[in-house]
Amino acid sequence: MQRKSRLVLIAAILGFIFLYAPMVSLVIFSFNKSKLVTVWGGFSTKWYGELFQNAQILNAAGLSLRIAVISASLALVIGTIAAFVLVRFGRFRGRNLLTGMITSPLVMPDVIIGLSLLLMFVAMQNLIGWPNRGMTTIIIAHATFGAAYVAVVVQSRLRDMDLSVEEAAADLGAGAVRVFFDITLPIISPALISGWLLSFTLSMDDLVITSFVSGPGSSTLPMVIFSKVRLGVSPDINALATIIILIVSVGVIGAALAMRKKDMPHG
Amino acid sequence: MSQQENGPVMRPWLDPDAVPFIRIRNITKKFGAFTAVNNVTLDIYHNELFCLLGGSGCGKSTLLRMLSGFEQPTDGSIEIDGQDMAGMSPCDRPTNMMFQSYALFPHMSVEKNIAYGLKRDRLPRGEIADRVAEILKLVQLEEYGTRKPAQLSGGQRQRVALARSLVKKPKVLLLDEPLGALDKKLREETQFELVNIQETLGVTFIVVTHDQEEAMSISTRIGVMDQGKIIQVGEPREIYEFPQSRFVADFIGSVNMFEGQVIKDTQSKVVIHCPDAQMDIEVSHGVSCASAQKVAFAIRPEKIQMSRTKPKKALNLTRGVVQEIAYLGNLSIYHVVLDSGKAVRVTRPNLERADEHAVTWEDRVYLYWDGTAGVVLNT
Ligand SMILES: Nc1ncnc2c1ncn2[C@@H]1O[C@H](COP(=O)(O)OP(=O)(O)OP(=O)(O)O)[C@@H](O)[C@H]1O
Ligand SMILES: [Mg+2]
Repeated sequence: MQRKSRLVLIAAILGFIFLYAPMVSLVIFSFNKSKLVTVWGGFSTKWYGELFQNAQILNAAGLSLRIAVISASLALVIGTIAAFVLVRFGRFRGRNLLTGMITSPLVMPDVIIGLSLLLMFVAMQNLIGWPNRGMTTIIIAHATFGAAYVAVVVQSRLRDMDLSVEEAAADLGAGAVRVFFDITLPIISPALISGWLLSFTLSMDDLVITSFVSGPGSSTLPMVIFSKVRLGVSPDINALATIIILIVSVGVIGAALAMRKKDMPHG
Repeated sequence: MSQQENGPVMRPWLDPDAVPFIRIRNITKKFGAFTAVNNVTLDIYHNELFCLLGGSGCGKSTLLRMLSGFEQPTDGSIEIDGQDMAGMSPCDRPTNMMFQSYALFPHMSVEKNIAYGLKRDRLPRGEIADRVAEILKLVQLEEYGTRKPAQLSGGQRQRVALARSLVKKPKVLLLDEPLGALDKKLREETQFELVNIQETLGVTFIVVTHDQEEAMSISTRIGVMDQGKIIQVGEPREIYEFPQSRFVADFIGSVNMFEGQVIKDTQSKVVIHCPDAQMDIEVSHGVSCASAQKVAFAIRPEKIQMSRTKPKKALNLTRGVVQEIAYLGNLSIYHVVLDSGKAVRVTRPNLERADEHAVTWEDRVYLYWDGTAGVVLNT
């Protein structure tokens, strides 16, 4: 027993180091005074100050946030509908095809998704004059793969759900719409929250697909960072990354707490 | 506690002019090629506590689900209080159901669960609160109103489910295994409570169970189901004492079955040749069957007399050796092996605390019974 628990502890520590050492060094260097990224020159917060002067980065961050919120919400609606169709509508023609299609963005290489979306947008623009490449196309692209993740998460929750709970509500006099909003939605809400958060983060962080479908003047945060890093790593990027890590951590911990509260009576 | 002794006034099924409250006509439910409920016709009267009894998978839940509207019958019709139920959705039916899985709303407190149906009826708040409090008291869960279902024990959850289906005082209450998760003592109390509630509220109950003792003790009538069919409907005593088929005799209580052949069949008596019982069993009632037909003679363990000395006068008499005795407190079960090799179950009440003359292991005993102790079954 003793040996085993020590082994587990060592494995856990190694795992944490492997995962978090790069991030920790990034956070530390974001407070570096020196302009050289690899040399410690004393503590300073000047890169943060500089970051908030940088209009390009602030604009990109704002755009990324807007895209992430809108596309995650779209993905939530589309993915949830897809999950309901797959779980609740029994067997219908094309069910297997739909199952395959809905999950394909999970396994398809980003390059291929990006390229095919780009081709589609170009063709659509030629045919109906919409959409112009830019924020709209990025949102559509992100909602597409986000919906796949939402569908998978919501599907498993729906499968586990006891159907007789809905029947009980109907039996007590609730119509179909009421049953959905009073019973089904609250029960699957943890899956909806995690699905939304998942698509939000995926959208915030996607570079490849976004690069294909974005247009002039619509550079998202990952695109800006990537183009800057290609010219050499500057410390203000470290500061930006640190802020992103902070936001993501708060989000993830918050979501975990929310889920825990929801699930507490179950465990 | 059952209502069977209350005389003919309370037994509308004996009255040919009585109007049934629930009329089930030739109802059939198929799942693909599989027939879950097969051509069931059943009348249930107002204020009855009707028990559907049957083994696992015989279609009890499916029948209830058709009554509550969750399954559409493949064929046949259901009428409740003179109203045809065809095409009516569950939320509009005058029925409430208690689900086998309880189906409590996991995200709502006990109170909210119970109040849900009342809110759908748009009752004033004060009245909802009053009725919830009242029903919580009835199921003895007053202190648990604010808990979530997951914070309750199995038995408590069951009572919440019961309360939730009761609180709307529906015309018909459908209960799917309402007491399955309760321990014996609580179960007996709740059975009693159920009968009380049923009598005070004047609601017609249909209760599914596969516990035959429960069915016997609470119901006005029992319908025995097997493989989607209703095999026999009758008052508990009728089902127990006059089963019409081997299945019912075997399913309700325990029974000794002797296979044999009719050798004499008159108005007032039948004689059955039973090599198993090493005798010709005489039954003092006529049976309508062809002579020489193969039949079964069924006799309950408590209807068989047993003694070490030969009885002076016995219509049906056979001998065997006591091989096993199970002492159950109030009674003992004796396994007697006849000389033919057939094992017979006999139960005797333990009337004395210490009985030196009691039959013990390896005793050679006489088994005997009179002409009305058993029934002849030809199906
Ligand atoms: N939706 C369904 N699809 C296919 N078969 C079903 C369905 N519902 C029930 N059945 C089948 O119908 C039969 C009767 O089921 P039902 O639930 O009515 O049994 P039951 O008498 O309530 O049994 P138990 O005592 O175990 O609850 C079973 O064999 C079951 O497998
Ligand atoms: Mg059942």
